Amino acid sequence: MKAQTIKGAPDDPWSRMMTAAIAGDEGVYRRLLEDIGRSVRAMARAAFARAGVGDADIEDAVQETLLAIHLKRHTWDPAQPLAPWVYAIARHKVIDSLRRRGRRRVEPLENFEEFLAAPEAEDPHALSDARKLLEALAPRQRDIVTSISLDGQSIAATAKRLSMSEVAVRVALHRALKSLGAAWRRSVA
Amino acid sequence: MRTSELIAALSADPVPEPIRLGRRVAAAIALGLVVSLSIYAMRMGLRPNFAEAARTVRFDLKFVDAFAFALPSLLLTLQLARPDARPRALALWLLAPLIILAAGVVVELIVVPRDEWLSRLVGHNAKFCTVMIPTLAAPILAAVIVALRAGAPLHPALTGALAGAASAGIAALLYATHCPDDSPLFVATWYPLGTLICMGVGALAGRRFLAW
Repeated sequence: MKAQTIKGAPDDPWSRMMTAAIAGDEGVYRRLLEDIGRSVRAMARAAFARAGVGDADIEDAVQETLLAIHLKRHTWDPAQPLAPWVYAIARHKVIDSLRRRGRRRVEPLENFEEFLAAPEAEDPHALSDARKLLEALAPRQRDIVTSISLDGQSIAATAKRLSMSEVAVRVALHRALKSLGAAWRRSVA
Repeated sequence: MRTSELIAALSADPVPEPIRLGRRVAAAIALGLVVSLSIYAMRMGLRPNFAEAARTVRFDLKFVDAFAFALPSLLLTLQLARPDARPRALALWLLAPLIILAAGVVVELIVVPRDEWLSRLVGHNAKFCTVMIPTLAAPILAAVIVALRAGAPLHPALTGALAGAASAGIAALLYATHCPDDSPLFVATWYPLGTLICMGVGALAGRRFLAW
């Protein structure tokens, strides 16, 4: 598949990366998610600080946002810049996670540009609760997600180990990510 | 789990078939409409003097109004299904059917003698209207809510309510071909009542099924 050029398509790096990612470029997609993750992390830290919530769960908010971006990427209109769309989702998810932590009134978060300009790298020791949520998945799904994420295996290697076709692994992975999103929504931290 | 680990899983996930929300919702409406039309055929049918009525302003106004309500509601629903929606300008179009209806009511109050007001308002079919608009709208609303699950609305209840409004508008187009009551006094009372029921159900369904 080759990247389409859309008339009047936005020319900022994120929008171009997402267009390439949707056209099937895995490497670009990974870099885009890492980039977005750094900005969302800065934003979540600011929001958590303002709400007086400790920063223990920041990585959860970041990961929940990334998962939502992934599962809802078809709602991005390629004729619009990506950043406002990302910001809307991040804001929604960060506010959601603050609410789950008992903050009724959450102040609106403005100036996403600020967080775009001051991204924050991942703390290699910060772990999310996702591992706990993985427990809710069917064993085969959990095995596949763990293999690809925690163990860093490729789809091909995972398929071989589980004697499944690559297509079956991809389908199972997709279902698992969807259930993970649902489990996150239901979880009360 | 570390974020880099999650990203590894996300980027290994295949590119999905592109979901076109507009088409999906259009297909849902078509599907729901088939069910609504069967209910219509079984329980209602065209009013007997349809051809004659079609030449009167009061009758035509029912369709203008239902259409003016259904269209912006539907477009708004589609906008709200995206997280970066900016629907303000479109929302103003919802005033159009209200203004048309209010104007119809004012003219009706001027041209019809006072002692006929109440009988025109109550009409023949008040209760039937209030029940049948939600009944005809229900299959459409259900299908649209299912289709909207692919969306990402920041306000699920509002989005659901507008889906209810759009379904009610389409149902009103259908119902108006059956109902013998054409007075704006009737239309301004019972149609909105049926519509509000649809919007309430839509809001509840939205909160339940459209959160993500």
